[in-house]
Amino acid sequence: MSTVQTGATASGHQPLATGVPLLRVHDLSVGVRSTGRPVRIVEDVSFDVDPGQRMGIVGESGSGKSLTLRAIAGLLPKPVEVLSGAVEYNGADLLGMPAKKRRALMGPEIAMIFQEPMTALNPVMRVGDQIAEGPRRHLGLSAKAAGDLAVQMMARTGIPDPARRARAYPHELSGGLRQRIMIAMAVSCGPRLLLCDEPTTALDVTVQLQVLRLLERLCEDTGTSLVFVTHDLAVVNQTCSELAVMYAGHIVESGRVKDTFRQPRHPYTRGLLESAPDFDRPDRALVPIPGFPPNVSDRPAGCPFAPRCGYVRAHCTEAVPPLAEVAPGRLAACFESDRLDEVLA
Amino acid sequence: MTTVAVATATRAMRRPARSRSLRAWYRNGTLMAGLVIVGLLVLAAVLAPWLTPYDPIQQDLAHALESPSSAHWLGTDKYGRDILTRLLYGARVDLRIGFLAVLIPFVIGSVLGALAGYFGGWFDTLVMRVVDVFFAFPFYVLVIALVFILGAGESSIYLAIAAVSWVSYAKIMRGELLVAKKQDYVVAARLGGMSHTRILVRHIGPNVLSQALIYAMSDIVMDILAIVTLGYLGLGIAPPTAEWGSMILDGQEFITTQWLQATIPGLAVVVTSLGLSLLGDGLSDQLSPERRK
Amino acid sequence: MSTAVQEPTLEPSVLRVSALTKRYGGHSSWLSRLTSGPSVALKALDGIDLHLRPGEVLALVGESGSGKSTLAKILVGSATPTSGEVSVAGQPAPARRDKESSRRVQMVFQDPYSSLNPRITVGKMLSELLLLHRIVPRSEVRAESVRLLNLVGLEEDVLGAYPSQFSGGQRQRLAIARALAVRPDVLIADEPVSALDVSVQATILELFATLRSELGLSILFIAHNLAVVQHLADRVAVMYLGRIVEVAETSALFSAPRHPYTRALIDSIPRMTETSVNDGFELDGEPPSPYDVPAGCRFHPRCPLASEVCRENDPPLLTVGRAHESACLKADELADIPVPNAPQEHA
Repeated sequence: MSTVQTGATASGHQPLATGVPLLRVHDLSVGVRSTGRPVRIVEDVSFDVDPGQRMGIVGESGSGKSLTLRAIAGLLPKPVEVLSGAVEYNGADLLGMPAKKRRALMGPEIAMIFQEPMTALNPVMRVGDQIAEGPRRHLGLSAKAAGDLAVQMMARTGIPDPARRARAYPHELSGGLRQRIMIAMAVSCGPRLLLCDEPTTALDVTVQLQVLRLLERLCEDTGTSLVFVTHDLAVVNQTCSELAVMYAGHIVESGRVKDTFRQPRHPYTRGLLESAPDFDRPDRALVPIPGFPPNVSDRPAGCPFAPRCGYVRAHCTEAVPPLAEVAPGRLAACFESDRLDEVLA
Repeated sequence: MTTVAVATATRAMRRPARSRSLRAWYRNGTLMAGLVIVGLLVLAAVLAPWLTPYDPIQQDLAHALESPSSAHWLGTDKYGRDILTRLLYGARVDLRIGFLAVLIPFVIGSVLGALAGYFGGWFDTLVMRVVDVFFAFPFYVLVIALVFILGAGESSIYLAIAAVSWVSYAKIMRGELLVAKKQDYVVAARLGGMSHTRILVRHIGPNVLSQALIYAMSDIVMDILAIVTLGYLGLGIAPPTAEWGSMILDGQEFITTQWLQATIPGLAVVVTSLGLSLLGDGLSDQLSPERRK
Repeated sequence: MSTAVQEPTLEPSVLRVSALTKRYGGHSSWLSRLTSGPSVALKALDGIDLHLRPGEVLALVGESGSGKSTLAKILVGSATPTSGEVSVAGQPAPARRDKESSRRVQMVFQDPYSSLNPRITVGKMLSELLLLHRIVPRSEVRAESVRLLNLVGLEEDVLGAYPSQFSGGQRQRLAIARALAVRPDVLIADEPVSALDVSVQATILELFATLRSELGLSILFIAHNLAVVQHLADRVAVMYLGRIVEVAETSALFSAPRHPYTRALIDSIPRMTETSVNDGFELDGEPPSPYDVPAGCRFHPRCPLASEVCRENDPPLLTVGRAHESACLKADELADIPVPNAPQEHA
């Protein structure tokens, strides 16, 4: 891909700060300030993403995974806001910096891909122009150069006949092509951090594979870091190296994907793995997790998973277990983590 | 993996019922304000004969055009009739016509719109072409023309308003039905072997009526304004019946000397409209699907 | 079933579809013919033959545009086929269903939120159906409703509740109870778990498995998640552009597919244990539009095995093994290319 000399060289990236992670999320709480006690949807979430690392955040609906991602991107829907905590990008505090400065980072440094490209694309603008918009604004390219770059980016995301497709409107393209347009748009300024919110959930399985492979290749080529939010464990296994599992607004377990899948150290992670059909082990019985996640407004005291947990003991309902290291590189928020020593096939 | 485990796992995990109680209605401030205003107006209209010692029609020329006093709180008109009394009796006429004039188009329009939306096809095309024709005319032009043709009077007003305003209900209900009939629960009801009538009345009806009902509240305001306007133009209720529009018409010749004569019934119209608008807004908050979920 | 023109060994089937086609469009009015030139018809279904054995779960898989939703609509009678026949329990099912013929085929929908009427309580929903179809005498309606609820893992106390009081998984249980209330011959489940959270999916899948084994219910299970299909189904039918291209028992289909499209689907599954493979069968691009079905084998433009013969001949669905049918001219050639990282055979 020598023709694409974008981003990294042209955008004048800030130099990477040494000794700090590319993205640092620290004790982040997201929720709604109301007249009484604020409703905390995401509670004290912390994680780091190093340059080139690919991190998957897995959780069920309502776990707060998407809001965490949106808080990083500064795209929280009103009236949801960041209640406390810090989000640092390359050593700089994203939440404290002026809005204008933060906006300038979105595109050349941080970019986001959404689940439903149709709602994220402008329906009355040709897709080529939409891709070219970022490079024109952030990289200062001329209309002509940005247009050429847009076609190059489309070719790079595997869109056949890119020069012709660049003149199409979003509704004229299929779901898979629209998602590729979104990706082309996101990577057009060569970002260092790509935030993905269920980018393949709406796609057919063959197209999903193509899009996942594309993301993988783009990240490998440019050293881009990925934060990938999904509900699908198998997709995380295919795409990411690191994993954080969210439940009821908390990260309950994190670590390397392979290690976590092999030997989960939090009962919820284990429950997720045992309840999902595994194509490679068709005869394994599915073990559902009893009950359903707590409502945001009345989460139980203590460990939020305690009411559904098979390992629960009295102290679980008294205090929230902290996310602590249970093995090298493995964190789990469970008092009973030591009892989970089984290796799943 | 036994089924017993599954069954016990899901036992007693139903969510508690939410916001179906009266409390939710009570907490809805807009709705309560509307209910109180409209309630007081209706009460005043119903109790008019007991609230005032005067007769709304009997003339008393000796006391014509008096200013407010302890005997006549709002003064008297040019025939010496007590304005407060006429105001209360006027509420009877205006509110009655307002509510009744909405009822007929509400029923006709909703039924036609629902049938058009549900069945589609040539019937839908026919109904919607007629609706388009009616929509092309301004509301007042059509109402005034119809009343003019039919002759002034209460029944003409009903007919004229019904003939003009059913189209709005038809449009609303057709739109609601187009959405509702695609819902899976309607398909499921068809698979259950239920007849179209049963599905329309029992399954779709309760889910779609709220929008038309909310519109009806604002429509009553429109109709009362129309009646008042017709009264003002001399096409409404024949004198000497007390009615707010004709009171404004009577009072306007004294607007420089006795300004209360025209202002008081005008204010009554404003308060009524406000009450009904609040009621409509409150209802739409209460009945909208997001709240129901 | 006296017409012996069909297959010589006519297996007992609770649902049989023969030569079913569905065409949309093709101009009817002279005005549209004037404005948009030659008639463009969409062939949603192009000759479907399928049968469902009593007490089995048959999965129907395929990508969007393959026609599986159209087939489901025709099976339950909410769409009419252009040609072809549907028969339920040996009796032909009319395209326009009456009360009795609609009872025989029931459906569970994908979206558990729009499939339950928000204004009708659970008890009323069930009793209405039980009374309408005279399933039980009026005095036993309540007991029967409770029996249905227990069947799907719910308790008597939900009878007075409204759907809004339930979670997605429980709503899906209610939808299943409703479908079972009229004692159908066939249950069509249209992506019944894809709107549910992972941890809830398992309970609903187990419920379907239980209903099959305990009630002998025959289920046509439409899905796009192949891991789910592999877990639940006895047989699988793969659809591509309005045709069934492969039918086989589940383990055979996934371990030794005999159609390259099936092979591509399997290679596309995100894997939890193994890493996915790259063996040349992954598909580029997207399914062609059903408005413009390729000549010859409809899969040939995307097929790595395609040759001249595939561009010229439209292969029919032929038997290639025991209870295994494939619509591929190279089915035998494909059999010699083993699937890397194939899942273990069913025990």
